[in-house]
Amino acid sequence: MARTEKKVDAVIVGLGWTGSVMGMELTDAGLDVVALERGPDRRTVPTFAYPKIADELRYAVRYDLMQRPADSTVTIRHHAGQTALPYRRLGCFLPGAGVGGAGVHWNGLCWRPNAEELRLKSYITERFGTGLMPEDMTVQDFGVTYEELEPYFDRFEKIVGVSGKAGNIGGRIEEGGNPFEAPRSSEYPMPPLEQTYDGLIFEKAARDLGYHPFPKPAANASQAYTNPYGMQLGPCNYCGFCERYGCLNYSKSSPQTCVLDALYQRQNFSYRPNAAVLRVELAADGKTATGVTYADAHGEEVFQPADLVLLCAFQLNNVHLMLVSGIGKPYDPSSGEGTVGRNYAYQMTGETTLFFKDIAFNPFVGAGASGMAIADLGLSRMDFAKNGFIGGGYPSSQQTNGQPIHNLPLPEGTPRWGASWKKAAGDHYGHSATIVLQSSNMPYRDCYLDLDPTYKDRYGRPLMRMTFDWRENELKQAAFFKDKIAEIGRAMGADSLTAAYPSGHFDTRPYQSTHTVGGAVMGADPGTSALNRYLQSWDVHNVFVPGANAFPQNFEYNPTGLVGALTLWAARAIRQDYLPNPGPLG
Amino acid sequence: MSDDRAWPTRRAVLLTGTATLAILALQDTPAAFAQGAQETITGYEPVFFTNDEWIFVLAATDRLIPAEGEGPGALATLVPRFIDRQLAGNYGKALSWYMEGPHTPEASPLFGFQSALTPAETYRTAIAGIDAFCRDTHGKPFADLTPDDQDSVLGDLEADRITLKGVAASTFFEFLLANTREGYFSDPRYGGNSGMAAWVYIGFPGARASFREWVGQHNTPYPLGPVSIGGERA
Repeated sequence: MARTEKKVDAVIVGLGWTGSVMGMELTDAGLDVVALERGPDRRTVPTFAYPKIADELRYAVRYDLMQRPADSTVTIRHHAGQTALPYRRLGCFLPGAGVGGAGVHWNGLCWRPNAEELRLKSYITERFGTGLMPEDMTVQDFGVTYEELEPYFDRFEKIVGVSGKAGNIGGRIEEGGNPFEAPRSSEYPMPPLEQTYDGLIFEKAARDLGYHPFPKPAANASQAYTNPYGMQLGPCNYCGFCERYGCLNYSKSSPQTCVLDALYQRQNFSYRPNAAVLRVELAADGKTATGVTYADAHGEEVFQPADLVLLCAFQLNNVHLMLVSGIGKPYDPSSGEGTVGRNYAYQMTGETTLFFKDIAFNPFVGAGASGMAIADLGLSRMDFAKNGFIGGGYPSSQQTNGQPIHNLPLPEGTPRWGASWKKAAGDHYGHSATIVLQSSNMPYRDCYLDLDPTYKDRYGRPLMRMTFDWRENELKQAAFFKDKIAEIGRAMGADSLTAAYPSGHFDTRPYQSTHTVGGAVMGADPGTSALNRYLQSWDVHNVFVPGANAFPQNFEYNPTGLVGALTLWAARAIRQDYLPNPGPLG
Repeated sequence: MSDDRAWPTRRAVLLTGTATLAILALQDTPAAFAQGAQETITGYEPVFFTNDEWIFVLAATDRLIPAEGEGPGALATLVPRFIDRQLAGNYGKALSWYMEGPHTPEASPLFGFQSALTPAETYRTAIAGIDAFCRDTHGKPFADLTPDDQDSVLGDLEADRITLKGVAASTFFEFLLANTREGYFSDPRYGGNSGMAAWVYIGFPGARASFREWVGQHNTPYPLGPVSIGGERA
């Protein structure tokens, strides 16, 4: 028999970006809020304190801040005819665990999507007609527009503290920014970070080729900054330990640096780490949730009653919780019915390394999100009919995390071991630059999430099963960008290039991206979306599910900016419309 | 030949033991220099490996990162000590990994690690098999082969041209290679990278982690040697 805690107004499952921002909003509204976090507690001091955080083996190789597959993982297969196998050790994606979630170990790239990307199906149809999309491509509109979300992007960028240069303020094109971005209501809160040398030569080469380079929007403070919650960031010291690490310097935006110490001061907020939520409990009629049941640090089951349930876990875990709790109808790819698990998508990434024997790049110097990008090849700029694929991406320079166990690129043909490997390591460390690609991934009828029939987690719940592979559309896209990026690399004057882009089946081993999206998507049609445009479950009205699970497909940019804006948008709807009159919204 | 490199002076220092003053000029506490560098692998008593396994690991890591040429080898940097300690700890036990069955080790490699064996069990199983294979084919264990023959056996393990009982040869080889590089380049607190010699060799400054004044100094080799988490300098 589970122990029962005192009832609260709202329970938040997962204390990362969405959970912490939701915590501020709901405590502002006067609610009693408790957050349950499956992982350990984490604070800048002591968890990220120097010097122990500067430990590549522990954090970047053994993944100390990440979700442990022993606690929670998925099974993966390429198509429905295969038996899915467990993702036993982390590789291609790295979900976070612990207070701060993936907001602790990200690099800090904080983008907005373009307006077209939020209404992609309508945009493709209007611009290219209905014949262009493959029959099994299930692109959808988000059900919310850029114009509606703009104030929330603006607010989230001020909470997070983004360093960058606007390219379009209210329709006026700004020199030095991204000229193709959607109109913004204001400049970034801080000026751009300083560029490392690779960024400068990327910028020159890109400009010479006719592109429009600009500094990437970085949630790494370029100067001292105080956010609307009163939280203070210090200027980044380019320590070189960013992605996969917590920030030792209060410079990388994270729930810890931007939100949590303000939230912890509120009397109507509390949180419990090491509390793994196992399921959402539903009322007898299945139309409302009564709270959640979690396992505490000792494995004891605890029922936490609440009037409002906010699923703020990582995308995969939000979908898993909906599936194991019976919230909404599971998606069935053969009939196309059901919505939970539908439209799973990933992010297509690639990387070209440029070798320059005569340049010292000092790769250990760098912020997580500094670097120059081009948006000329973004989704909203591409001629899909001419290119032969539906997609877009942004190539950018990136110098960060130049630590030698996991980041020691060597020219093609270098032996993997022996005297020649050792010589190459000495010759080339510090003498290469990288251009990275991030690009879109369209959703397909047969790419989805459901419960695995065989494998169970430590609590006896079925693991979630991911059915996913690259399609012809995405492989054409990778080949397109590989060529475009090689052209930039050659213009940068590299002695030689190596390129790593997907060219066949999805490979779960090499790190690619943690931007795994969809599965509980938002939309205007309950037949094709699990959540309405306010991220509210269509089926259980007191459950809201903010996160990248809400993306019906993946656009080319990093997800956090949109996840943050959607969370604030949902919070506004809860405060203004739901709390006075609980029930299905809009 | 190394005139175009970022750190010829420091590298030369480590290799020749001369020009010590040049490096000390960059350090605050010269007493810490090369602390730990005098440790040798022969003075280490393994906690995980049996004697036969230890002899294999010494020989194999010595071929993966040999002493010859510029830069230290795996033995001088105490890489085998690192591997021994890793296998005795959480990593060796695969404590973070999902290890529930059923296991499908013959699955496509695209699905990643699918073995039922932990890293520690993988080493134990594979080393016995490799030594047995070498006795069958060469009449002696791996460590007693010529360096050329050792390289050839390692290449055959890497390419799965040798069949071992109970574990895929390449599964073991990939652990061995990854752990060898980890021991070479990780912080000395884990037992390898002795004297931070591998960091000095490639020019990685270790745990310095503060470059505010360096980010704008483009194409300028960074002049300072590494520091470790424990505060040693080299």
